[in-house]
Amino acid sequence: MQKLLAWIDDRFPLTKVWEEHLSKYYAPKNFNFWYYFGSLALLILVMQIFTGIFLTMNYKPDTNLAFASVEFIMRDVDWGWLIRYLHSTGASFFFIVVYLHMFRGLLYGSYRNPRELLWLIGVVIYVALMAEAFMGYLLPWGNMSYWGAQVIINLASAIPVVGNGLSEWIRGDFVVSDATLNRFFAFHVIAVPLILVALVFVHIVALHKVGSNNPDGVEIKKKKGPDGIPLDGIPFHPYYTVKDIVGVTVFLIIFCAVVFFAPELKGWFLEADNFVPANVLQTPPDIKPLWYFTPFYSILRANTHAFFGIEAKLWGVIFMGLAIVALFFLPWLDRSPAKSIRYRGWMYKTALTIFVASFLLLGYLGVKKPDDIDFILFKNVYWAQIGTILYFAFFVLMPWYSKYDKTKPVPERVTWK
Amino acid sequence: MKKILLVFLFAIAPLATFAAEEGPRLDHVNIDLHDKPSLQRGARIFVNYCLSCHSASYMRYNRMGHDLGISDELVKENLLFAANKTGDLMKAVMPSDDAKAWFGVAPPDLSDEARYRGPDWIYTYLRSFYRDPNAISGWNNLVFPHVAMPNVLYEWQGEQRAVFKNENGIEVFERFELDKPGTMSPADYDKAMRDLVNFMVYLAEPAKLVRYQIGVYVLVFLAVFLVFAYLLKKEYWKDVH
Repeated sequence: MQKLLAWIDDRFPLTKVWEEHLSKYYAPKNFNFWYYFGSLALLILVMQIFTGIFLTMNYKPDTNLAFASVEFIMRDVDWGWLIRYLHSTGASFFFIVVYLHMFRGLLYGSYRNPRELLWLIGVVIYVALMAEAFMGYLLPWGNMSYWGAQVIINLASAIPVVGNGLSEWIRGDFVVSDATLNRFFAFHVIAVPLILVALVFVHIVALHKVGSNNPDGVEIKKKKGPDGIPLDGIPFHPYYTVKDIVGVTVFLIIFCAVVFFAPELKGWFLEADNFVPANVLQTPPDIKPLWYFTPFYSILRANTHAFFGIEAKLWGVIFMGLAIVALFFLPWLDRSPAKSIRYRGWMYKTALTIFVASFLLLGYLGVKKPDDIDFILFKNVYWAQIGTILYFAFFVLMPWYSKYDKTKPVPERVTWK
Repeated sequence: MKKILLVFLFAIAPLATFAAEEGPRLDHVNIDLHDKPSLQRGARIFVNYCLSCHSASYMRYNRMGHDLGISDELVKENLLFAANKTGDLMKAVMPSDDAKAWFGVAPPDLSDEARYRGPDWIYTYLRSFYRDPNAISGWNNLVFPHVAMPNVLYEWQGEQRAVFKNENGIEVFERFELDKPGTMSPADYDKAMRDLVNFMVYLAEPAKLVRYQIGVYVLVFLAVFLVFAYLLKKEYWKDVH
């Protein structure tokens, strides 16, 4: 064995890679609950790729065959139903886990110097994930698949001059059609997954260059022992590998409970309107995206005024885009001397709470009709407008509230027990 | 603990159901996929009546037979009207083009109907046909107004009439009145429709018969595994100070 390893090491840096990224990668010892979601996101990515491969073996990207091929998977392929439910539930859980992972970043300032690039790569992963989910949703060729894609692609047509041409270019046709289905299939199955895997690899490389942040927002590399090992660091393997096994198991219990007992999750993960084939002549009663896009869908619909002579629809598209673009600027908007919420004052804590509340509110309103009253007092669309303002206020006001916020002194070492 | 609670709330937030659609109140139907005799009776009604016009073209006869404990011979003798082989898909007896010409619309495929409409909707729909001289087929439906489908099962159910009352100038449905009794009592008809809907729930997702059971095994395994995973973690982390 030793000889074989030496033989390989002479030709490939196996031991070096193993040590650099696992057995001698020193992670802070004070990771808490919020630090499970990175490895869980990786787990789901792998699971989506594996289940995706098996789905592709029986799926047919053809408008005449697509819906029936999915039903074939559900009924005639051995364990096909399980593979599909793992994939469809996996998509929703991917977003749950990624949202919690991003929230962790906001809690402990993981986007701050020296991790700005790490954060930026992460946001690009998130954008790629949205593209992956959006295109994957068209593939079953259900009625909601069809109309959802129709509505979202049409958004491009709001852009002046090039808009109409652009949305035609995306579809490859004047309406969502076979050409659209084929290209979405190509992107969903090859292009975007490749990009995702590459980006995740780069994300991890960047993480291991700067080292992990921790709930105290303290740089453990600043306090090293005589052996050059951070005093508060422990090797990722075996400590965090065995810890992550626990996290993975708890995750799988929740995940499998949904897969086996409620794969539709009352219409939140699989919509009833998608159990009828796409019908060009029959629009579903209300077209809405799946839950993970609804906060942005709400922002889109919240824009109802044609300010400065620009039509409302275009404002909607602009603000929906800005809602994601804002994330890229986060590292440079934050002026607080403390990274972690543990040492920040009431202003940041309040701002973050309001931000999360506005995101949840926007998400909830995204599945409702704008003119109904589902929340309190007034119409959904007004709440969506309030939610949109609060969402952006978190970013726009950050340079001020993070600067003037009264912080507590940050300790030299991580807190432990 | 506080944080864990927060995450939990975050995770269950999506469980709140969508607000109920507007429309007539739906009667609840008791679905029980363990009730094999009910599924078999439902299958008989479905194949004998529904399949005349509707298809269930994602489903195979022998899969149904296998799942419901009906032998291939029995399927062949009693249920194969629109197919030659038990491995065939459940196509409609009536060609879809003819149906379109006669009814104005092609009868929808019913494979996934129970997942699209929901069992309560189908159950209420099947019991809500009433005589309407203004309708082309002579039948109207309270759940699906102006539906092209006539009341195929009127011999069983009999003919009922809808009584509306005037409420502030709006016609509001009050009750059904049975004008001509059918061969079944209302209670028996409801029971037959429950069997049919029960079958359609199975039809929409045959995997449902095994899904829950496998799910229990998986969760029990994971729960046991969690104990060992936790002990392993604890053992390793002993020396972290």
